[in-house]
Amino acid sequence: MTRTRFSRKRSPEPEKEKAGGGGAVMRVIVPLQGVVQGSGGLVLGSIIPCALFYFLQFYLKRNRDDPNDQNESNSTSQTQNPTTRSPSSGQLAELTGLTRTPSRPLLSPRSHTGPVSISGRVHGIVKGSDSPYCVGLRRVKEDPYDELGNPNGVIQLGLAENKLSLELVKDWLTENASNAILGNGKELSISGIATYQPFDGLMEFKVTVAGFMSQVMENAVSFNPSQIVLTAGATPAIEILSFCLADAGNAFLVPTPYYPGFDRDVKWRTGVEIIHVPCRSADNFNLSITALDRAFNQAKKRGLKVRGIIISNPSNPVGNLLSRESLYTLLDFAREKNIHIISNEILAGCTHGNEEFVSMAEIVDQEDVDRKRVHIVYGLSKDLSLPGFRVGVIYSFNEEVLAAAKKLTRFSSISAPTQRLLISMLSDSKFVQTFITTNRERLQRMYVQFVAGLKKLGIGCIKSSGGFYCWADMSGFISSYSEKGELELWDKLLNIAKVNVTPGSCCHCIEPGWFRFCFATLTEKDIPVVMERIQKVTETCKLNS
Amino acid sequence: MEFTRKNNNRQLLSRIATNDGHGENSPYFDGWKAYDSNPFHLTQNPDGVIQMGLAENQLCFDLIKKWVLQNPEASICTAEGVDRFKDIAIFQDYHGLQEFREAVAKFMGRVGGNRVTFDPNRIVMSGGATGANETVMFCLADPGDAFLVPSPYYAGFARDLRWRTGLEIIPVHCKSSNNFRITRQALEEAYEKAQRLNKNVKGVIIANPSNPLGTVLDRDTMRSLVTFINDKKIHLVCDEIYAATVFSSPRFMSIAEIIQDMDCDKDLVHIVYSLSKDMGFPGFRVGIVYSFNDAVVNCARKMSSFGLVSSQTQFLLASMLSDEEFVENFLRQSSKRLAKRHRVFTKGLEQVGISCLKSNAGLFFWMDMRPLLKEQTFEGETELWRVIINEVKLNVSPGLSFNCCEPGWFRVCFANMDDETVEVALDRIRKFVLQGTENAAGAGNKCKRRQKNNLCLSISSSRLYEEGLMSPAHMISPHSPIPQSPLVRART
Repeated sequence: MTRTRFSRKRSPEPEKEKAGGGGAVMRVIVPLQGVVQGSGGLVLGSIIPCALFYFLQFYLKRNRDDPNDQNESNSTSQTQNPTTRSPSSGQLAELTGLTRTPSRPLLSPRSHTGPVSISGRVHGIVKGSDSPYCVGLRRVKEDPYDELGNPNGVIQLGLAENKLSLELVKDWLTENASNAILGNGKELSISGIATYQPFDGLMEFKVTVAGFMSQVMENAVSFNPSQIVLTAGATPAIEILSFCLADAGNAFLVPTPYYPGFDRDVKWRTGVEIIHVPCRSADNFNLSITALDRAFNQAKKRGLKVRGIIISNPSNPVGNLLSRESLYTLLDFAREKNIHIISNEILAGCTHGNEEFVSMAEIVDQEDVDRKRVHIVYGLSKDLSLPGFRVGVIYSFNEEVLAAAKKLTRFSSISAPTQRLLISMLSDSKFVQTFITTNRERLQRMYVQFVAGLKKLGIGCIKSSGGFYCWADMSGFISSYSEKGELELWDKLLNIAKVNVTPGSCCHCIEPGWFRFCFATLTEKDIPVVMERIQKVTETCKLNS
Repeated sequence: MEFTRKNNNRQLLSRIATNDGHGENSPYFDGWKAYDSNPFHLTQNPDGVIQMGLAENQLCFDLIKKWVLQNPEASICTAEGVDRFKDIAIFQDYHGLQEFREAVAKFMGRVGGNRVTFDPNRIVMSGGATGANETVMFCLADPGDAFLVPSPYYAGFARDLRWRTGLEIIPVHCKSSNNFRITRQALEEAYEKAQRLNKNVKGVIIANPSNPLGTVLDRDTMRSLVTFINDKKIHLVCDEIYAATVFSSPRFMSIAEIIQDMDCDKDLVHIVYSLSKDMGFPGFRVGIVYSFNDAVVNCARKMSSFGLVSSQTQFLLASMLSDEEFVENFLRQSSKRLAKRHRVFTKGLEQVGISCLKSNAGLFFWMDMRPLLKEQTFEGETELWRVIINEVKLNVSPGLSFNCCEPGWFRVCFANMDDETVEVALDRIRKFVLQGTENAAGAGNKCKRRQKNNLCLSISSSRLYEEGLMSPAHMISPHSPIPQSPLVRART
C-alpha cells in the first residue's frame, strides 16, 4: 500500500483534455482503495490489494501504449470529441507553448537535471483556460459594448451577474455610510477591523447572515448562526466542503448541465472527481433518480468511491427549481447510499415567478434524522449582487465538518472592514426586504421580456424560475448535431453577433445546441439591440439549413 | 471490523477533515488557548495571561486611523466615497484592481529600499500570507514532494505548506553556535537526507526577516542560497512578510534585489508578501504571491479565486498605499516605535541576566532561557514553558513549536500590547527569574506540581512530524479509515 501513496499525484485537469499516463495509474489505484475501504475487513484489506495489484500490472501494461483509451474519466468521455475545438481557441496559441512535466512516477527522484518542474496543477489550469467560457469572457474584457462609447463592442451575456438593483445598495450607503465601517459616531475603531479576527467570520456577521438567509427564503426556515462558517466567496466554500468530504480520487455526483466553475472548485486542487448525472430536455432538465442511480452504480463498478451529490437549487445554468418531492427523494437516495448532499442555494433570493423555492434546510428541519449528511452553500454575490465583496457561506448540520471547515478558513477568510460594513447593511431589515422584493420584480420583468424576444426569433427556452439567465434551445440553428456544431454557432454569436453567451458544452450538457443567456447586466433598452444581433446569426443559419 | 463500524461516521469525512494537519495541537496554540481562557486586562483582569505569542503589530494604529478619517472617500462605504461603489461592488476579476496591484508593487519596492521595482502584473492576490504560502506550494509541488525549511521556522508552516497540499517538510537545522545562520553545509545535509529517504525535493522556503528569530539574511547567505537552489534546480520561496519591520541596520534585502545581479534561473524564485505584519492589517486578509515564473503567476492567479481580497478592501488599500507621504511617515514611525519597544524589552531582560539573540526585525525576539532549564532537553523546555504560562502567566512560544533543534529558546512577541502591559510583563519575568535564582532547589518541586495542571500539551508534536518522514511505518494508505496522523498515535 505504500506504493499508492506515491501515486496519489493528481493528474492534470482533465477538462476535455486527455489525461496522461499518470492519470491512468491513479484511476486504477484509487478504485482499488475504494474496494478495500468499502469492505473494511482486515483480511480483505490485505488479500484484495495484492491480487488486484497483480491485475493492475496487466492493466497498465496493456494501456500504456494507447493513452487515448480508457484514460478518460467517465465525466469527460460523455462530452464530444475533445479534439474539435472552436476556431477561437486558435487565438490562444500562446498557452499551448508550455512544456509538460513528466508525471512524477516516471521521474527518478534523484534526477535533478532537466527542465524546472512545477506541479501538475499548473498545466491543468493553463489548458483549462481556453474553454469557450473563458475565451468569451476575455473577448468582452478586450472589447466591451457601450451604448455610446463602443456601440459595436461585445455584449456580455455570459456572466451571471446582477446589476438590476445595485443602485438600491448604493442609496442605502449614501444614507447610512458614515457609521458603516468605522463604527458608531466619531470613534473610529481601527483595532476592531485591522487586527486578527476569527477566521470563520465575526459572530455578529454570522447572526446577520443567518437572518438574511431566512428573509430571502421567506422565513420558511430559521438558520442557526453557530452552524455557519463564512468564507471569501462561494468558490472557497465549495472547495472547502470538497476537501472535507472527499479524499483525492473519491467522487461526487453532479447533475449536468452544471455551473462551469464546479470543475475548478470541486476537482482542481482536491483531486476529487465529478461523475456526471445527465439531465435531458425531454424531462425539462429535471433531475431523475434513475439517472442518479445509474451514475452511482457505474461509478461503483469502476471502483470509484462516491462521497456525495452536489445540486444547485435554483439550478445554474437552467434556472429551474427542485421540488419538495425531489428533495425528499434525494435525501432518501443519499441515506440509502450513505453519502453527503451539498446543496448550492446561492441563488435562493433570485427566484422569480410563482414557483415555490424550498431549501434543503427546510426539509432537514422537518425530518429529525440524519441531518449530518446535509451541507448548504450560500453567498452574497448573487442575492445581494455584491460579488466583489467575497462573502460565501457554509451551512452544515455536521459538527465535525463545521470544525474542520473553520480551520480551513485560515486560507480564505473575509476582510474585516467588509464584514463590518455588511453587518450594518444587513441589519437594516426594512432595506433588505425592499431590496429582495424589488430585485425579484425586476428579474421577472427582464426574464419575461428576454424570453419573449428570443421566442420571436424562434428560440425556445426552458421555463425557469430563478437566476439571471435563461436556458435557450438553439439546436435548430446548428450545422451538425454535435459539440462541434454548437461551438461553431457560439463562435458566430461571439464574432458576428458580438454577444458573449455560454455554450451548453461548457456546462457539460449532454445535448448539443443549448446556450445560457445572462440578462441581468443589461437594461431593458438593451434587449432589442441584443435580439437584433442574435437575429443576424439565426437568419444566416436558417438559410444554410 | 468492530473498529470500522465505530468510526463509520468519521469515515464519511475526508482525511483532511479528520487528521491533525491543521497543527493546532502544538504548544504554540495551547498557549493561545490558555490566553483565551484567561486574558490579561490592565484593570479588569490584572492577573490574566499576557499574550506574547501573537505576532501582531499594533504600534501605529493611530496613524492609520488618522489617515482613514482624513480620506473618507477611500473606504467607498462613506458618503464621500459612494460614487465608486457600483464599480467596486461587482468587481470580481481575480487579477485584482489595477490600482491595487500598482500600489502594492510600489509599496513592496519602497519596503525593499527602492533598489528594485516590482511588476504590478506579477502581483497575485491570496487570502493572507497563509493562503499565499499554500498557493505557492500547490503551484510548485505534488503530493508527496518535499520542501526544505531552515529551522527554527514559523509554527504555521506545518499547516500552510502541508495540510491540503500533501507536501512534506524537511527541516534544515540551524544552530545557536553560529547564530542560527543558514549554511550551505546544512542545506546539503538536509538535501542528502531527503535523497536517502527517496523524497523528491521541490525547493527551499525561507522567511526573511526570520520568524521566529527576528534577524535578516545577509547578502552572502542569500547568494549562497540562490546558488544552492540553482545548482539543484529546485525552487526558492522567500517569505518576506516582515520586510518593513526592520528597525535598525543591517537593512533588509529582498531576494528580488539579490538575483538582479546574479546569473541564475529566475523561474525558480518566488516571493510571498502580506500587509498583515508590515502595516499591521491581519484583519484585511491581504496576501501576495510574486513570482518570476510566468506559469506560476498564471496558475496562482487562477487559484486566487479561493482567497480573493474583498474589492472594497482592495480599493481602500490602493488609496492608502499610493499616498506616498503617508507611507513614508508610517514606515519611519513604525520602525522607530518597534526599535524602542525592542530596546525596552531586551534591556529589561538583560538586567535580570536573560539574553536574546541579537536581532533587528520582526515583532518578536528570540529569548535564550537555557540557563533556566533544569535539564537541557525538550522535556526541560516544556517544563519551564509550563511554569511560564501557568505561574508567570505569559504566553510565550517554546522553541519546540518552531521545530528548533536546541532546547531552551522562546519566541516573545512585543508589538501587540501597550506600554503599560509591557511593564507588567517585564515585572513578571523579573520576579520569576529572581525568585528562581533565590531558591533554585524549591523550584523543582513546584514544577512537578504544575505538571498535573490540566493544560493540554502535546509535547512532541513537531518532533514527530519530522520523524513521520523517516519511518516508513507511518506511510499507511491515505485512504485508510484509521486516523493516521502521527500526532494522534503519539498521544494514545
